[in-house]
Amino acid sequence: MKNLPRVLAGLIALWGAAAYADTTLTVYTALEADQVKAYQDKFEQENPGIHIKWVRDSTGVITAKLLAEKNNPQADVVMGVAASSLLILDKEGMLSPYAPKGVDKLTKSYVDSKNPPAWAGMDVWGATICFNTVEAAKQGLKKPESWKDLLKPEYKGKIVMPNPASSGTGYFDVSAWLKIFGEKGGWEYMDGLHQNIAQYEHSGSKPCKQAATGEYPIGISFEYRAASLKKGGAPIDLVFPKEGLGWDLEATGIMKGTKNLDAAKKLADWSASHSANELYEKNFAVVAMPGVAKPIEFIPGNYEQMLIKQDLSWSAANRDRILAEWTKRYDSKSEPK
Amino acid sequence: MTAALNAVVRKTGARLPQSGSDRVAGALSWLSMLFLLVFLGLPLVAILGKALQDKSGGYVGLSNFAGLFDAHFTYLLGNSVTVSLASTAIVIPLAYGFAAALMRSQMPGKSVFRMLALIPLLAPSLLPGISLVYLFGNQGVLKSWMGEGSIYGPIGIVLGEVFYTFPHALMILLTALSLADARLYEAATSLGAGRVRQFFTVTLPSVRYGLISAAMLVFTLVITDFGVPKIVGGRYDILAVEIYKQVIGQQHFGLGSVYGLFLLLPAVLSWLVDRFVQRKQKALLSARAQPLLPRRHWPSDTLATLFCVLVCGWLIGMLGMSVAAAFIKQWPYNLAPGLAHFDFDNMDGGGWLAWRNSLKLALGTALVGGVLVFMGAYWVEKTRAGVLPRAVTGFLAVLPMAVPGMVLGLGYIFFFNAPGNPLNALYGTMALLVLCTTVHYYSTAHLTAVTALKQLDGEFEHVAASLKVPFWTTLRRVTLPICLPAALEIARYFFVSAMTTVSAVIFLYTPDTVLSSVAVLNMDDAGDTAAAAAMATVVVATSALICLVFGGASWLALRRTQGWRKH
Repeated sequence: MKNLPRVLAGLIALWGAAAYADTTLTVYTALEADQVKAYQDKFEQENPGIHIKWVRDSTGVITAKLLAEKNNPQADVVMGVAASSLLILDKEGMLSPYAPKGVDKLTKSYVDSKNPPAWAGMDVWGATICFNTVEAAKQGLKKPESWKDLLKPEYKGKIVMPNPASSGTGYFDVSAWLKIFGEKGGWEYMDGLHQNIAQYEHSGSKPCKQAATGEYPIGISFEYRAASLKKGGAPIDLVFPKEGLGWDLEATGIMKGTKNLDAAKKLADWSASHSANELYEKNFAVVAMPGVAKPIEFIPGNYEQMLIKQDLSWSAANRDRILAEWTKRYDSKSEPK
Repeated sequence: MTAALNAVVRKTGARLPQSGSDRVAGALSWLSMLFLLVFLGLPLVAILGKALQDKSGGYVGLSNFAGLFDAHFTYLLGNSVTVSLASTAIVIPLAYGFAAALMRSQMPGKSVFRMLALIPLLAPSLLPGISLVYLFGNQGVLKSWMGEGSIYGPIGIVLGEVFYTFPHALMILLTALSLADARLYEAATSLGAGRVRQFFTVTLPSVRYGLISAAMLVFTLVITDFGVPKIVGGRYDILAVEIYKQVIGQQHFGLGSVYGLFLLLPAVLSWLVDRFVQRKQKALLSARAQPLLPRRHWPSDTLATLFCVLVCGWLIGMLGMSVAAAFIKQWPYNLAPGLAHFDFDNMDGGGWLAWRNSLKLALGTALVGGVLVFMGAYWVEKTRAGVLPRAVTGFLAVLPMAVPGMVLGLGYIFFFNAPGNPLNALYGTMALLVLCTTVHYYSTAHLTAVTALKQLDGEFEHVAASLKVPFWTTLRRVTLPICLPAALEIARYFFVSAMTTVSAVIFLYTPDTVLSSVAVLNMDDAGDTAAAAAMATVVVATSALICLVFGGASWLALRRTQGWRKH
């Protein structure tokens, strides 16, 4: 123990060195866990000296966390979080507007309309139904073609979907149904669907993963997860309901009050760059920079046309109201009847 | 004689001249008390404060408590109580049968059965949930056993909780059954009472307090656990999961803490009952009692063996299912073995960092917790420390038993994350996780230490004091070596508990301090059930390995330091 002071001094020195050599950016994200590594590697390679520390969870959880920390923000940057959530943060005055280098090269409708923009989009992610063909054959289930098809009694207890309060995928499903079927028709549709839903899941990925194992034959999910599971050998078909697909943008914004503004700007720049869009393109059929996207296996070429006309600021402004109504209807008394 | 001497010394202690050693001991005992006050008392007080605030921190009086009177709460509470009662009703007879087989029969392989029965302690409570999905889920191996029913819901929750709480109930019942007076059975036999009559007139009355304690403990464990229902609850909502959703999902701390305070009720109640029961239990056994030696009785020994084989088979089956699932490439379509699910770095949960962190937490808790608990118990039992720190430490040390981990975790957020708190720097660090886990499991460790210290005659200290030997010399040369097996047991208990705990730490971890037990939950939330099984397997393997190491160390220690016990 005579060496204790020396050991302690050494430890403190090490800790100090680790703390000051680099800038560490705390980045809140709802990106998929199997995507973030590639993005991080590329960014850190192009911006030596800046480290990303991810705080990852589903969209709803990340949004709630950011709002709860409003008076004492922990994040430097929000990246890969739904634009409908970033709009809420902006309304609360929590984002620091910044025009990333080359932002004018991005599709205009995928960037915040203000100048300078509070956030810039990365890619579009949209609704997809995962349909397990093996289990369907066993149970004699017909492949659904539309959202309305999911109301058929034969699907009772066979469908899983994400909980819109925790999942961004779940939320754009709900807001899209309210658009497609109208406010009244939308809730009637969900009342009917509720009768067939086996469980509401925490994340947008889980329903498709459960469809992939056949735990439940039908999972309402999104296209990246569906395509990547099918590529991995899961016996699923991707269904794109013909009424149209709900969607949202994954987007990046800088938190107001960040102590690492320069590094944060670097990440915002990178997020809008060509090399970043090349990485998004590997996962998504529609990315913010025009001309970068290439066809993705299992996703039809006209995917962008299947997305519904949707006003993200409406989704943002009505989020609290819609979620409260949804929770009241389906979460509070979610005992199956 | 010694007792009389002790009493005299205690009474006159205040008037004896204080030596330097006494002053050091006195100061340290204040420190022990301060530790428990800051890391247990104040966080609990902070929850009360938070329950009076709204989402943005404004004072709202008792309006959050209105949440306890709406239909949603009644519904959740009804569900929680139902599954808790059902689990208790199944576990207690099961554990009693097992304990009786171990203590009151002459069946072979008792030590193996006893070891296997502790399997569930090595795993986070999420593991039985995952196993049940693979066993009885819609694609489960034994799906046909479920008939038209579904594992997602009350059936799954109860089955999982029975697995998770079995060893806890068993340990209490083993102790209860070990207190038996053979003379009572002899008397009953000579009076012509048959085995059944003896069970109802002799055995049952003697273990009734143990049964009550075990039942209360199981009920409390189930009603506060959210690991099992999170995985197999389906659409059957219960209180503990709702707290998790409110706090983690919606960041709605006010309602979460009101529900949390409510969950303190069954825990505090069972704690009070337990204290009452322990007092009664002591009086049961007189000094003239004869130890009961079970006699060979072929039919009942065979029955006992069969029963234990069945129970252990079920425990191993549950564990084995998760382990198997972890190594299967793509359940249920490609059953080839593979290691893909152990590629944690490409999944939610924090990757292998989570496992390394858990290891750090477990080692840290074993060390820090071990020292803090042992020292705390030492001041209380062996030194002439002040009356106040002794009383307060004695009370606070057993309090954590009544505090669900979830409530403790919430209290830590509120207390340590308060901007004005000078200890705010601890928030989000591994150090705080270590301290929180130490406090969470303090009681059991403290009682183990107290029991070990009580076995030592107080005269060691008195003689040392009169020879002017400071307490630390006595501690180092006499007390510690003798208590080494107990100290090792405490460290092992802390290690395994820290490795598997979810409930308190889930509110406190950060991306740098993710833990493997929490990762299991997050992976399942993301839909990576097989990876969650893989992580749970890694946790079990680590805990099991450490148990073996500690087992070996304590065997060595026994051989080296405990030879005198044989004489």
